[in-house]
Amino acid sequence: MRRRALAGFAAAGLALSAVPFFGLPAFYESFLYLVFHWIVLAVSWNILSGYSGYFSFGHGAFFGAGMYTTATLATKAGVPFLWTLPAAALVAAAFGIALGAVVFRLPRLRGELFALLTLAVTFVLATIVLNTPIDGGPGLVLSAVPLPAIGPSPSSTFYLLGLALALATLWIAREIQRSKLGTGLFAIHDDEDVAEVLGVPTYRYKLAAFGVSCGLAGVAGGIQAMFISYVTVGETFSIAVPLYVVLMSVLGGSRHWFGPAVGAAVVTALLYAFTASDYAVAGRAAVGMILILVILFLPEGIFGQAVRALDRRRVSAAPAIDAADLPAPAAAAPGKGEGKTLLEARGLSKAFHGVQALAGVDLEVRRGEILGLVGPNGSGKSTLINVVSGHFRPDSGRILFEGRNLAALQAHRIARTGLARTYQIPRPFAHLSVLENVALPAMFGRDALPRAEAEREARRWLAFTGLAAKATALPGELNLHQRKFLELARALASRPGLLLLDEVFSGLTHAEIDDAIRLIRAIRAQGATIVFVEHVIRAVMELTDRIVVLSYGRVIAQGDPRAVMSEPDVVAAYLGKPHA
Amino acid sequence: MTTLNSPMALPSLTLLGQSLLSGLFIGALYGLLGLGLSLCWGMLRQINLAHFALAFLGAYLTYQLAGAGMDPLATLAVVVPCFFALGVLMHWVFARFSVSAFNSLLVTFGLTAIIEALIQWIWTADFRRMESAYGEVKFRVGALYVGLPELLTLGMAVALSLLTWVWLRYTYSGKAMRAIAEDAPIAAAFGVNVRGLSLMLSGLSAAFAGVAGLCLALSYTLAPGQIYAWLGVVFAAVMLGGLGNPLGPLVAGIVIGVSEALTMAFTAPAWAPLVSFSLLIVVLLARPERI
Repeated sequence: MRRRALAGFAAAGLALSAVPFFGLPAFYESFLYLVFHWIVLAVSWNILSGYSGYFSFGHGAFFGAGMYTTATLATKAGVPFLWTLPAAALVAAAFGIALGAVVFRLPRLRGELFALLTLAVTFVLATIVLNTPIDGGPGLVLSAVPLPAIGPSPSSTFYLLGLALALATLWIAREIQRSKLGTGLFAIHDDEDVAEVLGVPTYRYKLAAFGVSCGLAGVAGGIQAMFISYVTVGETFSIAVPLYVVLMSVLGGSRHWFGPAVGAAVVTALLYAFTASDYAVAGRAAVGMILILVILFLPEGIFGQAVRALDRRRVSAAPAIDAADLPAPAAAAPGKGEGKTLLEARGLSKAFHGVQALAGVDLEVRRGEILGLVGPNGSGKSTLINVVSGHFRPDSGRILFEGRNLAALQAHRIARTGLARTYQIPRPFAHLSVLENVALPAMFGRDALPRAEAEREARRWLAFTGLAAKATALPGELNLHQRKFLELARALASRPGLLLLDEVFSGLTHAEIDDAIRLIRAIRAQGATIVFVEHVIRAVMELTDRIVVLSYGRVIAQGDPRAVMSEPDVVAAYLGKPHA
Repeated sequence: MTTLNSPMALPSLTLLGQSLLSGLFIGALYGLLGLGLSLCWGMLRQINLAHFALAFLGAYLTYQLAGAGMDPLATLAVVVPCFFALGVLMHWVFARFSVSAFNSLLVTFGLTAIIEALIQWIWTADFRRMESAYGEVKFRVGALYVGLPELLTLGMAVALSLLTWVWLRYTYSGKAMRAIAEDAPIAAAFGVNVRGLSLMLSGLSAAFAGVAGLCLALSYTLAPGQIYAWLGVVFAAVMLGGLGNPLGPLVAGIVIGVSEALTMAFTAPAWAPLVSFSLLIVVLLARPERI
């Protein structure tokens, strides 16, 4: 697959690089250079913004950083033009990573805020460049900088440089989309919290994608500085770059590496047609209009829509998977060290704006048991799960899991220690297929399986939960019962040593609960340790070995289910105190 | 004349006072520009990037009408109703296509490009300056000078912010509006006219943009490219002030304006644009839950 794609890229590169040698008028070469230029900008933008959904409106800033790096080095330091390009990439990438290191550190920074912050950065950078000796006002002139003769003429040199960079950018975007990084970014797009809890190092991934994206924009800026040969702040840090790249990606389709390239070609040709006929202003208005219409009527973009239509045809041709052919799943080795403490919480506290959700919880989970966590609404059960899985940091206390203190770990590291959870309201990645949803934790969990193996593993768990026939469906096509089981399959796919289930039974019908009980017994039979939060008392009584009762963030009773549930304190917590 | 005898201290104090005052006035304009943005973002979950383009459109309309002999203040009678209708129309489109907060940013980004092109087409990219009697009037307070346009801006910013605050806090429709911001479906279930009030708020925000446009035309030279110059600072004021809080943008705007003026007085004017951005980053890092 990869070799074929590489051959395709090489063939396209060779064929296109032959173009200047046919004696094309310089004007066409320059136009094609501009197409390549915008392909680089749009495709590079898409690596962070399309894949992960963090729309940057600051691509112009990184592009401009590259432009000014090349212009400054070439005119003031006398560095040969081609050598300035790696420097342009480095400066732009370093600038992006520095910015990302600050803004991505903010807990759950929303997409809108990121967009506005990056937009503001563009103007801040413009101010700095304009008012410091970097530019100082008059702009930088590169006409005296020698251009290496790569092609037969200057315009063909730019054509070849643009072509090389465009192909490199497309290749990088393609490789990232198919890599673990890409999978992680798409998961971040759909639900960042869940991605983190399933083991995706969201902070590092966003930073890496941002760095690559900015670096490529920087190189494009470097070449462009030479192409226009006169660099000014007003032209460089205009709103045009972010406006056009957003439009190109949205128009082409931002969920595929090739989509923005399609959009870039279309928009560049369109803008050119307007400029050529002296209606540059109308061209910009048209671009704005198209952006609005695409968002309102064609949210997946031209290329995205086409890919989906193709996919649908391919899916219907694929053979259905037969669950019976698959081997029985083998989870963590059963029976070893049964009864010993697997997880121990000591003095766990967590407050939200004065509401003490957990007030010093002490708790232990023994290897191989099913522990029920019960208590009235608001007693802190879900908070406990959220704290153990790393979604929240506890205010104080320790959580020891196989000798490591989880309270000090980031959520994705907790996932790698072999702990998995489900959400009460299923939170599947909406744009990933059921199979991809389940394969993701296998790729990012303790075993960090390669993609092919992770998908095999995922198919096993889909068969186990009875979802095998739905592997290619999107989560939106499943009913609640199936989505709950998808949640389970996703938690199981990382082969966790400890499974935290948050109200798997709520909202299910009587018959579906029977199904779920059977399933949990089967999971346990393979040796997993399970903690589950539950309101359905029948399931608690049938499944648990031991229960812990929480009330107002404290453990008020624990032990054998039947004995505990009849303790007066527990009855009072659920039903209130009797008035004599 | 006595100031000449103490060469260093007094002139710099006057300068400081003058720059503090100019910070206050520009801060008021930040607040006025931010008011409509903040209301739409905080209460309707729509980020209206086109708010700036609308304000400039308003400024150019004021410029045009004043050029035809109208009193600049009287142009509000034309601009405000037109902009109100525009705001209503915009929200109608957003509601019709159920545009998400994020997509509203993209759509209004496109709208900004359209309005900018429209302005450039009608009034060209050249700088335009409105001539009016107001521009000449200056008051002297001690050693400091205060221009009438700036005073008008401050007055309108304070009046509109306070009126909006009173409306949201003390009237039935204002309380209903706040209920919509909390949870629109629940508010609807309790009999609040969500659709009507949302349309009205969007219209109101656009009308505020029209008023801000008048203030822009009174004190500044206009050019289509200037639309983006205000964006960073005003969004910073909106975010610092707390979304949907009618007094927030004004207070935050004045804080930013004064800090900028002080930065300019003590360092070089070139560094002023960094102030709002730094303030924003500090607040985001220190109190991210604020936004």
